[in-house]
Amino acid sequence: MTTLAPPDSTLSGAASSSDQHVARRNTVDVATVGWFIQHEIRLAFRDWIPRGKTTQVAIISALIVIALHGIAYEFVALIPAKALVNQSESPFALLVASLAIVSLFTMMIAQAMEAVTRAFYVRGDLELILSSPASSRKLFAVRMVATTIATASLVGFLILPFIDMLAFAHGIGWLGGYCVLLALSALSQTLALLITGGLFRWIGPRRTRLMAQVIGAVLGATAVIGGQVPAILKSGTLSRLALISDPTILAVLPQPSSLIWLPAKAAMGNPLAISLLLMASFAALAATIYRMSNGFAEMVVTAAGISEQKAVSTRRTQFGRANSPAKALRQKELRLILRDPWLVSQSLMQILYLVPPALLLWRNFGDKAGTLAILVPVIVMASGQLAGGLAWLAISAEDAPDLITTAPIRDNLALRAKIEAVALAVAWVSGPFLLALGLGAPLTAFFGLIFSGLAVGSATIIQFRFRTQARRSQFRRRQRSSRLATLAETFTGIAWAGAAGLLAAGNSICLVPILIATAITGACLINRGRTG
Amino acid sequence: MLTNLDRPDSAATPPALEVRGLVKTFDRPAVDHLDLTVRAGEFYALLGPNGAGKTTTLRMVAGLLKPDAGAVSIFGIDALADPVAAKRITAWVSDEPMIYDKLSPIEYLEFVAGLWSIPPDVAEHRAHELLDWLELSAHANQRCEGFSKGMRQKVALAGALVHDPRLIILDEPLTGLDAGSARIVKDVLLQRVRAGVTIIMTTHILEVAERMAERIGVIAGGRLIAEGTLDELRAHAGKASSSLEDVFLDLVNQEAGDRARPAENAA
Repeated sequence: MTTLAPPDSTLSGAASSSDQHVARRNTVDVATVGWFIQHEIRLAFRDWIPRGKTTQVAIISALIVIALHGIAYEFVALIPAKALVNQSESPFALLVASLAIVSLFTMMIAQAMEAVTRAFYVRGDLELILSSPASSRKLFAVRMVATTIATASLVGFLILPFIDMLAFAHGIGWLGGYCVLLALSALSQTLALLITGGLFRWIGPRRTRLMAQVIGAVLGATAVIGGQVPAILKSGTLSRLALISDPTILAVLPQPSSLIWLPAKAAMGNPLAISLLLMASFAALAATIYRMSNGFAEMVVTAAGISEQKAVSTRRTQFGRANSPAKALRQKELRLILRDPWLVSQSLMQILYLVPPALLLWRNFGDKAGTLAILVPVIVMASGQLAGGLAWLAISAEDAPDLITTAPIRDNLALRAKIEAVALAVAWVSGPFLLALGLGAPLTAFFGLIFSGLAVGSATIIQFRFRTQARRSQFRRRQRSSRLATLAETFTGIAWAGAAGLLAAGNSICLVPILIATAITGACLINRGRTG
Repeated sequence: MLTNLDRPDSAATPPALEVRGLVKTFDRPAVDHLDLTVRAGEFYALLGPNGAGKTTTLRMVAGLLKPDAGAVSIFGIDALADPVAAKRITAWVSDEPMIYDKLSPIEYLEFVAGLWSIPPDVAEHRAHELLDWLELSAHANQRCEGFSKGMRQKVALAGALVHDPRLIILDEPLTGLDAGSARIVKDVLLQRVRAGVTIIMTTHILEVAERMAERIGVIAGGRLIAEGTLDELRAHAGKASSSLEDVFLDLVNQEAGDRARPAENAA
């Protein structure tokens, strides 16, 4: 019998020390930190930029950056120059800058939470790398630094134009905002790591995944609505300016020399504040990465093992009464939506967005209907966004497409049942708010109902026209699969919300956003290119 | 025992599947004017090398792909003209079990029964029988997310059987299954054939085809190159006492040679 081993191999005995040395040397040579960074950059580049479209992406990105600078310039021009005189000593300026930083930081923690969760739970190439002799500590360190940069880039893309325009209009010192952004990114990554690591230990890997997603979603929503709630409670309006201009609040603020203003001063260009903030944040990140990198491989292995644990039991033991295909499809869609942790957190976020209008409603109940009109666009927008996500899940993320296709039902029946399930789920979330609104201002509530329906319809049509076959687990990446669909969904949502608000306020300009939303939805209806 | 639909007299029964001139072209012809007839109540194995057109053929029969040309008839029903009627008596099981992670097997079967409009009391009884039979009763109320490949495949198979189809189409149903799960699946399939159900199955495990199938079709380059019982195939290949593996490889190599020759001549 012939031996299949290569001539020089020593399969039957122990490897010689020179072989071991060569193997060790090769491993060390290849899997360096630099090599991992190169690997990560290549993956990130190919993830974001489709093949052969580098120039297109560069041109579009440049145009967006220029447009954002234009918007930022208009915004910054609204700030009176005198408001920023001796800014680092002005309680008002320090408070405004600090609130902006806190809001940004909250948003970045939400981003980082999602990125860290992905690093632990999405297997991708982790199994390959962890089963290789490469160092998992190096991989972890590189991935966390890469995530920090990604978080800074993502938020920076939107924020940096404002920093540039502040520097242009009010002094070069504002470029310190770049350093604050980096420091916030490092700090948010540190916090996300500590929270995820802590949850992993305390509540186990399965619950950590859900909790981390929920925390991320709640923090993301808090970043947007956090300032609105105190403003509503204090003044009964959504305007935060009234709140932060309040002399009683300004009077109780800490002295300008207080350390609490350090980030704000860094954003204004104070060199000492910048140095301290950068050093503290990156030291915290480095220490956390160093501390957690030892257990990284173990956490990933534990996280991977959760799918092999005993499945969650359902309470029911009896068959339901779904005796028609439409009922079976609706029941299945609703059941899957309710059992999807990511969706639960997304829905929670949608509900949180409705907290400010609910508070406003409560504060102004009994006032004239005009005040309540401000609620309508918020409800319409939230309904449209929720419908977009749910429609994607129901239409594109069908986990058993063969089963549905081979079932003896007409194509439109399956689609109709799925759309009904989406509409029902949205009605559960938005319905109570519309009902409460109807008690105070029936006509306004009626407009809200009609335009919520239109927003749900548009979002569903867009998701139907741009449908692609995907897994439910890809929900987080759905916006990347079709950026055109995402843009269309966002613009129609804004347009329907705007139209509803204007109509509720009795403004005839509402026809303009109605036309825009109709045109976008119509264009998507005509587009059959990707629907096969 | 599982309930079954009343089977008509076999003499009067049209073929379970009749395919005529079926064509499907992607970047190259995947199925090339294929003719195929499967009799009612038989276990038919469709063999062929990778890329031969087996899965494409079966996906067209199941209504998952639209053919470029040709006709598909299931128990006399024109599956292209009246797909809903054809689907009512057909089941499809793919190699990758597509089930819902967040549903339990019983909920999955409830859903499938709803799609096929089976009365709930009938479906419930059948579902529990199937779960017993496939040794899934202990997991009936657990979500499928933690199930192994074998368990998932058994759930998918239960879904295919819960509406009591007359024709079951299986694409590589035994891929990745352990010996125990494979045995259960094979037993279930053989029992269904004994009950009068027609089964068409693709497989790369030639031993399974050799043991289970009454007739075997060999497909290559999108065309049926040989068909018959194992003895008929042996005779066709001129290898009287060979195994199916030898016969299959011989037939496929012959076909590849036949197809290469005109190209060489043209060159």
